[in-house]
Amino acid sequence: MATVTARALPWYAPPRVARALRQVRRYPVVALSLLMFLLVIPAVLAPLVSPYDPLKGSLAKRLKPPVWQQGGTIEHPLGTDKLGRDILSRMIYGARVSLMVSLVAIFVGGSVGTGLGLMSGYFGGKTDALIMRLVDISLSLPTILLALVLVAAVGPSFGTVITVLVVLLWARYARLVRGETLSIKERDFIARARVAGASHSRIMTRYIFPNVVNSLIVLATLQVGYVILLESALSFLGAGLPRPTPAWGLMIADGRELIVTAWWVSLFPGLAIMLTVLSLNLLGDWLRDHLDPKLRHV
Amino acid sequence: MQRFIARRFLQSLLAIWVMSLIVFTLARVTGNPLDVMLPLEAGPEEYERVSKYWGLDQPLYIQYAIFLSKAVRGDFGSSWKWHGHSAMGLVRQRLPATLQLAGFALFISIALALPIGVLAAVKKGTAWDSVAKIIALLGQSLPGFWLGIVLMWIFAVHLGWFPTSGRGGIQYMILPAITLGWFQVAAIMRLVRSSMLEVLDSEFVKLTRIKGVPEWKVVWKHCLRNASIAPLTFFAIIAGVLMTGSVVTESVFSWPGTGLLVVDAVRARDFQVVQAVVIVFAGIFILTNLLVDILYAYLDPRIRYQ
Repeated sequence: MATVTARALPWYAPPRVARALRQVRRYPVVALSLLMFLLVIPAVLAPLVSPYDPLKGSLAKRLKPPVWQQGGTIEHPLGTDKLGRDILSRMIYGARVSLMVSLVAIFVGGSVGTGLGLMSGYFGGKTDALIMRLVDISLSLPTILLALVLVAAVGPSFGTVITVLVVLLWARYARLVRGETLSIKERDFIARARVAGASHSRIMTRYIFPNVVNSLIVLATLQVGYVILLESALSFLGAGLPRPTPAWGLMIADGRELIVTAWWVSLFPGLAIMLTVLSLNLLGDWLRDHLDPKLRHV
Repeated sequence: MQRFIARRFLQSLLAIWVMSLIVFTLARVTGNPLDVMLPLEAGPEEYERVSKYWGLDQPLYIQYAIFLSKAVRGDFGSSWKWHGHSAMGLVRQRLPATLQLAGFALFISIALALPIGVLAAVKKGTAWDSVAKIIALLGQSLPGFWLGIVLMWIFAVHLGWFPTSGRGGIQYMILPAITLGWFQVAAIMRLVRSSMLEVLDSEFVKLTRIKGVPEWKVVWKHCLRNASIAPLTFFAIIAGVLMTGSVVTESVFSWPGTGLLVVDAVRARDFQVVQAVVIVFAGIFILTNLLVDILYAYLDPRIRYQ
């Protein structure tokens, strides 16, 4: 339960993002640069920086080891998989897949959750009770199982993965936004807006929403890593993205049976996931400490 | 207290019911449920037989009532992949292996997390604390299935200390249990650390010290006992994570439990078995949540009046 505290704030809180950025001298440089290097740059520039087509391989070059191993060549610095596809290229496109899945899922889930959370906190009463019951239920459903049923019913696809992730993600946003809305709606500037004749929807979107943006940014950042882990686990189980999508989780699944003979097939994508999620967690913690220390327990 | 238990119990039933509704609708909304339930090579007479068995010629709400009344009695139909087995029978047959692995993983993670968490709190700001922080960070960032593969590569393939997969003596259990418990180690450790810090700071600890109680006894007896309430709530989450985690871990190590069963069933589009596993897992998951809530409300009366 969020406590309802009256904070002495002006009717419109200036964006704390800018203030925090000015005040803080120690940036999470390592996390940010790792993130740029591993996720953002490869994802954005995939067709430019990737040496090969991630879907095409030649069987003549299958299971080549990385360059520093005996038999490895500089043409395939991280080796090739069992279909002769270049691991490095697949990892670069994999960054794009991971980034896209997590951004779309978090955007959709976050929007649904924020909308419902605003309504729940603002209107209260039966609306609140109904939405909060839905949140409780959604948070008590077992994650991966839900995905498995869905995939067993409709088969793996981009849409299935996004649906599963949205169903899992929205509730946290709804709960967070509701809590904040409860305290914001008691403040004077809301009453003033209402007297001035602002409609309910205008109050929610123009007056309350700007005040929860900081918390939303922190929660979304903290969740990107979680979503990447979840998506890769789903893909690994065959309940995520379909083959031959170059997804990191699928690449690890491909390498599972080859672990005795070709460790590089599954090792490198796993390292990519680990370092990406690690730097996202560091960045999220840093953002939380500087934008919204209240969120310590989210 | 009784009202609290009653309310939470109803909530749990509601959650399980919603799960059954999801499973039911997913099989129907997405087209002819028989396409999902029956294997691709099923003939028309099989369609007719199953159609009659599940009452698919009836209106939807009657179908749901039939589904529910069968499900309550543990009847999810017979498996299509494993001929001659009922879906529920398969689950019952595989469940002990999953529970064994989950139990061992829980044991390992507590045995590791408790001492590290306490040490990190007592020696706050020292190298111990930093080690704990790194473990916690890695625990959140490592994909469990990949950790399993890497452990297998190092300890089974290269060093040959453990078998790569399957079920047998304790040596078969160690790598899967570490994989499954890894995430929990980080989470329990952080909880123990933060609640230990809180307790170490309280008045009664100062009093026990003034009384001349030896430091190890202050820490390991007086403080730990009071600091273990918060980690207790976490057991519900752990139960959930171990359940869903078992799906991943079991398929990495070919551990013949329910997790592996459900993955095989999904691959074979054996919807009957998937249904059974999901409902059973959801039931265990939700009931554990309920138990811990009640236990916690019993230990800390403030919770009840929220």
